[in-house]
Amino acid sequence: MTTTVIKGAKILGGEPADILIRDGVVAEIGQGLAGDTEIDARGLIALPGLVDLHTHLREPGREDAETVETGTRAAALGGYTAVHAMANTDPVADTAGVVEQVWRLGQEAGHCDVRPVGAVTVGLQGERLAELGAMADSAARVRVFSDDGKCVSDAVLMRRALEYVKAFDGVVAQHAQEPRLTKDAQMNEGAVSGRLGLTGWPAVAEEAVIARDCLLAAHVGSRLHVCHLSTAGSVEIVRWAKSKGWNVTAEVTPHHLLLTDDLVEDSPVGSYNPIYKVNPPLRTRADVEALREALADGTIDCVATDHAPHPVEDKETEWAAAAMGMIGLETALSVVQEAMVETGLLDWAGVAERMSFAPARIGRLEEHGRPIEVGAPANITLYDAAVRAEVDPAGYASRSRNTPYEGRTLPGRVVATFLRGRPTVLDGKLA
Amino acid sequence: MKRHLISAADLSRDDALLILDTADELAKISERSIKKLPTLRGRTVVNLFFEDSTRTRISFEAAAKRLSADVINFSAKGSSVSKGESLKDTALTLEAMGADAVVIRHGASGAPHRLAGWVRGSVVNAGDGTHEHPTQALLDAFTMRRRLGPLDGRKVTIVGDVLHSRVARSNVLLLNTLGAEVTLVAPPTLLPVTVDSWPCEVSYDLDSVLPKSDVVMMLRVQRERMNAAFFPTEREYSRRYGLDRDRVAKMHDEAIVMHPGPMNRGMEIAAEVADSPRSTIVEQVANGVTTRMAVLYLLLGGADLGGEIQ
Repeated sequence: MTTTVIKGAKILGGEPADILIRDGVVAEIGQGLAGDTEIDARGLIALPGLVDLHTHLREPGREDAETVETGTRAAALGGYTAVHAMANTDPVADTAGVVEQVWRLGQEAGHCDVRPVGAVTVGLQGERLAELGAMADSAARVRVFSDDGKCVSDAVLMRRALEYVKAFDGVVAQHAQEPRLTKDAQMNEGAVSGRLGLTGWPAVAEEAVIARDCLLAAHVGSRLHVCHLSTAGSVEIVRWAKSKGWNVTAEVTPHHLLLTDDLVEDSPVGSYNPIYKVNPPLRTRADVEALREALADGTIDCVATDHAPHPVEDKETEWAAAAMGMIGLETALSVVQEAMVETGLLDWAGVAERMSFAPARIGRLEEHGRPIEVGAPANITLYDAAVRAEVDPAGYASRSRNTPYEGRTLPGRVVATFLRGRPTVLDGKLA
Repeated sequence: MKRHLISAADLSRDDALLILDTADELAKISERSIKKLPTLRGRTVVNLFFEDSTRTRISFEAAAKRLSADVINFSAKGSSVSKGESLKDTALTLEAMGADAVVIRHGASGAPHRLAGWVRGSVVNAGDGTHEHPTQALLDAFTMRRRLGPLDGRKVTIVGDVLHSRVARSNVLLLNTLGAEVTLVAPPTLLPVTVDSWPCEVSYDLDSVLPKSDVVMMLRVQRERMNAAFFPTEREYSRRYGLDRDRVAKMHDEAIVMHPGPMNRGMEIAAEVADSPRSTIVEQVANGVTTRMAVLYLLLGGADLGGEIQ
């Protein structure tokens, strides 16, 4: 029976302690512990393994952008021990067969746990429900259902989906985007879109759907999760729904906590650079401030990356022709440190709640999102918050390079990640 | 001057005045029987047109040829582009051919910005999506200056589909640079929601603005906009925002009427107004060539013009 001891790590940024891991479980926490393998973690922060509710692994179908293997490597390097793989693959993950395939690929890769998200509607077409129960009962045990990339805009279909998944404690994760208000939309509708002559993507297109869905969830007594909140108005609506006691949760992406729409007009990489094209679009400084505040006060439950890999040729185009999305697994924790920790809005316990405990609760992952305490599965991330480095995607594990942070200096570095006691990352490299 | 002309905002007041003054000099050549200058001999100008626009293309072509440049016309239709070639690959092809300037017309806003990152030559924006059309603004300013003198304090009213108009965006920026006072008139649906952040006034009432206008510039309104509920019917648009004889009667005697073309006669502008002495529409076409000559000359040559014109 081999044991590993992590020496001198500051659990959630607290006092240094040793963490003894035996059989994939935290066996003891204290001082002067010894084990077969010793990891020097002095100066490092120990966080529970991060959990992502919103990852695009692209397999099956777009293996040129990402595979389960490369995407989960990126996840491990970013400190994640579990990711939810979004359903908008080709074929769409709308049957037990596809979700089991993705789940099995995750098992084989072994870098982190992969929990597939099932499509709400067949082919993401928004017309009829996919076999949600079959996906829930499959080996993949799907609990999160989403047509992400597309909005379940039909109110009746959304109501039925919210009701139906109650039978297996599922949750519908809505991509809130009123399709008519966002026809041909290119970027946040505001002063910048007006000047640039790019079709506007109004905040109301997101907020109107969120308001409707909160009311629907309340009406049928279901759980609703709102993907990637991007506007101050969305925050207000979710805050209102929570104040009513309704079972609504929400996520925000790292990039919506840091970047604003004026980068489309003027940035170190020029004007109209589609590296900043993303769905939902980057919004204004006021929106960023509201999102940060909401993540701090718990109105927004968690950070989710919306890691969206795209090959170079889908971004090296004119703006309107470019794909929407940014990669984010390998920079998420650093961006959260910059946007939330260094601004004093969250401490490390708060980061653990927003990036591990809450997403695991929403996704119903029993083995993840547990405090680092005796008896818990040893899913642990060791993080050096003291370093700063320039972002260089050349070394990323993701197959794609569409990061908006290239050349920007970000704080922090994931030093090690443990999945059930087994290191997936050591010394910042895949173990 | 900057290396590229992509936005009217790229031009300082001095740059803009230099272009207009140069165009004034070059206009003299257009009046000669031999209209050609040797200035750009051996230089290559590529007209890269992803949208059909015969008017703009031949205007640039004439401008480049009068400066003795070699002109290559690259039209997207029936070319490698229609077979799926990317803008970047097209750019690299032009680069390999040694284009000194690329004049680009593209349906996507911002395409010239992207192109400028991939080629060494100067990029001239000949209209990108619903963003800008800076040489149109320059030829409009040139036309106004010829009719009215310096533009400082002049009142210019731009009427129509501002939301989708690259002409309006470039004109607002350039006219502001040149000291004119711009008023936009349109139904609220055809103005950007954040138009109050633009350096101009906004009105929904054309009749109240006309008496104080020195210039009334009518924009083309696409009939398809009706289908997206921007306005109810062609007739209603015409009644509220069209320039007919009765409305022209409210303008002062020296005021001029402009239109970038192509016109919808009977919709945004009545035929009798388009053909009236106030109308500068045909002059605008002629001035387009000289203004574009000035732009190419200053971007590619830049030497003193004085000796060549004598």
